[in-house]
Amino acid sequence: MIEAIFTYEFLQNAVWSGLIIGMIAPMLGLFIVVRRMAMISDALSHVALAGIAGSLYLSQQVVLFATLNPVYLGMGAAVIGSLLIERLRRVYRSFEELAIPIILSAGIGFGAIFISLAKGFGTDLVGYLFGSVSAVSRQDLYIVILIAVIVIIFLYFLYKELFSLAFDPEYAKVSGINERVIQASFMVITALVIGASMRIVGILLVSSLMTLPVAAAIQVAKSYKGALVYSVIFGEVAVIIGLISAYYLDIAPGGTIVVTSVMILLLVLFGKKIRA
Amino acid sequence: MTNSIIKLENIHYKYHHSVALSDVSLEVKQGEFWALIGPNGSGKSTLLKIILGLLKPTEGAIQLFGGPIDSFKEQQRIGYVSQKSNAFTTKFPATVLEVVKSGLTSKKGLFTRFTKEDEQRALDALHVVKMSDYHGESIGNLSGGQQQRVFIARALVGKPELLIMDEPTVGIDRQNVESFYSMLSELNRDYGIAILLVTHEIDLVTQLATHVACLNRTIHFHGVHADYEKMSEAELSGWYGHPIRRVHQKETELIK
Repeated sequence: MIEAIFTYEFLQNAVWSGLIIGMIAPMLGLFIVVRRMAMISDALSHVALAGIAGSLYLSQQVVLFATLNPVYLGMGAAVIGSLLIERLRRVYRSFEELAIPIILSAGIGFGAIFISLAKGFGTDLVGYLFGSVSAVSRQDLYIVILIAVIVIIFLYFLYKELFSLAFDPEYAKVSGINERVIQASFMVITALVIGASMRIVGILLVSSLMTLPVAAAIQVAKSYKGALVYSVIFGEVAVIIGLISAYYLDIAPGGTIVVTSVMILLLVLFGKKIRA
Repeated sequence: MTNSIIKLENIHYKYHHSVALSDVSLEVKQGEFWALIGPNGSGKSTLLKIILGLLKPTEGAIQLFGGPIDSFKEQQRIGYVSQKSNAFTTKFPATVLEVVKSGLTSKKGLFTRFTKEDEQRALDALHVVKMSDYHGESIGNLSGGQQQRVFIARALVGKPELLIMDEPTVGIDRQNVESFYSMLSELNRDYGIAILLVTHEIDLVTQLATHVACLNRTIHFHGVHADYEKMSEAELSGWYGHPIRRVHQKETELIK
């Protein structure tokens, strides 16, 4: 595979995208999991599906869309979905979690409509649903790099606010942290990462890369920084093993990456049980 | 003249159509230790939320540090400790030091990072609450009493002039509750921090507090500890809503 990476551009794109996503998805995932919002990434990925399906449908109907990378509309839909979730969470103050299934259902609904209208998309859509080693273009890689830079700057400068909000939201609010603005920005960044990740991991599995490495990390980490580091390590290991096996077995990388993440989690749980 | 820290004037609060607070007026001044006591549902937590800006009163005026609450932007002057049970998930992956440092978040402002000095300040705050040895421990591994000390350290790290606490000893065993309250008394005496404490542990707190406020939707009594002591059992029972008997036990008073 090493030789092939140097030979084929599509493999370079897939490996670099995978490694970057393997870092930023679990990094954001930690903040999502500890705030008990793991389902949000699921909801946003389904909204991204609607955007992708919409873009693929429009590419059949409108010339202008024929050359547009569907990732853009997918990402745009996820960002709108993230802002709507925030809005709905405030409308349903006593039932905040309702916002997630509402947006998730809307995403699936629109996705199903576009897929039906276009009479299916064949392999294109399957690539978006489960990821693809061969479909990652240089343009996709540039998008992933740009979003990774945004995520790292965001987390670097707002780490302490995000920690406070995650650990004790009431205290954070009382101490004067602008919860609304930070939460809304975080949701938008999450939507962007989901949009960027779907090429390699797939829409249906992207939330797993945000949550499974974190689920393993919080079993072993004592500190928040430690949990962040472990999450990234587990995410990267899953991506590397997942991509190699997807390449040799010629299957969707989303599946192999997520199954590797599940294995890592089981190993961590098993190791913890033995030590206890 | 002693500076006013909290001034509540004729506060009313209605939740849907029921009256949670009616005509509550109270003033907390620099260096005072107030115990806010009252039965369940008496509006104690609602009153704290109003003072903290989490709820807006239906009527009435609030002043914090001499200015109206709406223009108050110096939240770091107030340290807040909530009920332990509400505070966090016990499995949350964070060390004691990380938790205490988070008390500086607002003071540091946006787009800044914690420095070595901030870490030292967090360690100093842990020293005050006698928890220095635990700075590297995971917060979830500590006992309830130890966790509350850590939360006090988090509230203290920004060097507040007022500590507001909402039943901080819920779920903590009796022995730890006593040492917890002695620590609060020391903070008030040695560091001059004003304290407003909502509690059910009337027996212990009313001994340590300099002032007592009795709330049952409205303020039935507020004043210095000595005056509170003069209240008869009949008066206590009257505002509390059910019969109260004072029991004197090893210099502490129990209300049953």
